[in-house]
Amino acid sequence: MSTFLRYFLLMLAAASFIYPFVWMLSASLSSESELGNLTLWPVGFTWANYVTVFSKIPLGRAFVNSVLVAVTTTGLVLISGAMTGYALARLQFRGRNLIFYVIIFTMTLPFQITLIPNYITMVKLGWVDTYFALIVPFMLNSLSILLFRQAFTGLPQALIDAARLDGCGELRIIFQILFPNILPTVLTITILTFMGLWNEALWPLIVIRDEPTMTMPQLVTLFSVGGRADGQLTVKIAAAVMLAIPIIVLYLFFQRHFIRSMASSGLKD
Amino acid sequence: MKKLLPYWLVAPYVVHMLVFVAFPVVFSVVLTFHRWNIISPMEFIGPDNYVRLFKDRLFWQALFNTFRFLLVHIPLQIGIALGLAELLNRTLRGASFFRAAFFLPVIVSGVVVTILWQQLLSFNSGMLNRLIAGIGLPRVAWLDDPAVAMYSIAIMATWKNVGLYVILFLVGLQTVPPQYYEAADLEGATSWQKFRYITLPMINPTIFTVVVLSTIGGFSLFIEPYIMTEGGPLNSTLSAVMYIYQQAFQYYHMGYSATLGFFFALLILAVVAIQKRYVEQEI
Repeated sequence: MSTFLRYFLLMLAAASFIYPFVWMLSASLSSESELGNLTLWPVGFTWANYVTVFSKIPLGRAFVNSVLVAVTTTGLVLISGAMTGYALARLQFRGRNLIFYVIIFTMTLPFQITLIPNYITMVKLGWVDTYFALIVPFMLNSLSILLFRQAFTGLPQALIDAARLDGCGELRIIFQILFPNILPTVLTITILTFMGLWNEALWPLIVIRDEPTMTMPQLVTLFSVGGRADGQLTVKIAAAVMLAIPIIVLYLFFQRHFIRSMASSGLKD
Repeated sequence: MKKLLPYWLVAPYVVHMLVFVAFPVVFSVVLTFHRWNIISPMEFIGPDNYVRLFKDRLFWQALFNTFRFLLVHIPLQIGIALGLAELLNRTLRGASFFRAAFFLPVIVSGVVVTILWQQLLSFNSGMLNRLIAGIGLPRVAWLDDPAVAMYSIAIMATWKNVGLYVILFLVGLQTVPPQYYEAADLEGATSWQKFRYITLPMINPTIFTVVVLSTIGGFSLFIEPYIMTEGGPLNSTLSAVMYIYQQAFQYYHMGYSATLGFFFALLILAVVAIQKRYVEQEI
């Protein structure tokens, strides 16, 4: 195949992935009647769609909720994942292999089976409409434990021995001595967890009914499905743009890490 | 103290796993034998939920819809991802730009992608139909025709996920030693023969990964039909998870909904096990 044809096909493909997002942005800044045109620039430029979105739904509040939930949960995933991963990788204890196999087994379990029982747990704990329902079920995950285990296994024992001689406790060894040596893994887990939480819509739709507690994907979904957008497509699209912008900005900065992280999670299965 | 330390470190995991995985699995089995609206006491009804499931037209419809989704989604996903990966594999300049571009929809929420495509696919003002009408062809009722709507969602899902699989195939293609192709060239092999007998067997594990992840994705579809079609028209896009959701949160049939979840989960595990056997033997 000629180089020209190859680049032509690649450019065509790239355009088909990028252009819809550009169109989305320009549509969100256009007046309703201009929608559907193939355009790069807004036609009849206006901020009105964004004004409408913010006047109808508490999107600012939802943004704060999303950040709060995603950051807190990611932090907890890193802490708990590192603790378990470290124990599995570097310590000898009875039941270690059992726990390892349980982790592998639970990873293959489809979520459809736990969905309804977990909702009932939330109801019985009184966590419906609280941040607990959005954070606690996700604060530990099997993949992050496995990734940490793998990373800790690869470190030299001398590093740990030296720290022990200096009188470091195990928690200090994990988070102060070993963490700086496995930053790529930490970054991978941070990206996967943060992105998953930022985009998650199904679980919030189940456990949150109270608007001030909603995260962005849920609020935007309900806004889009319900009648509050008054059938105005440009307003719906403006809401979607607000949901997309934070993660796309992060992607622009950490693009290669995003790709590597997602690929490593895909190859794990 | 020193001996107990490992147990302290794994304790959070064990507690979390017991509460959010082990208990729900057991409780889900219990629920399948009960009728329960979460408010009044649970009522034991024996195997009634299972009997009902097999007679439930909507359950079969959701299963059929998932099948139709996968029928289009899996081949498209493999074909396009492999094609783009092949193109990228021979490209040095700009490769990272193209990779990043293909990956863009992967990182964005399904909510965003669905709202975007709802507009692209709309019958009158949608961009796709404008293009089609522009070259003189009849408009397609992408989301309004029960025979078409699920395939439209399958196309959208392919657009969203294919970037990830391009990367996975690219990793797979780079594991093929170039000597294999050189040897084949000496033997006078055609491009097709090289692809069929060298590339394909080498990337077979990646194909398996794509098939499995796509299958799980098909059974997990929710937000796409929820936003785009609300399961319609005529339940033609009702997905497995959407039906679980409806039974639980529109009708408060917790027992029946758990039965659906339990059954779909078993089905996913069974299908993946079959695919593992079949795909591994195939090539």
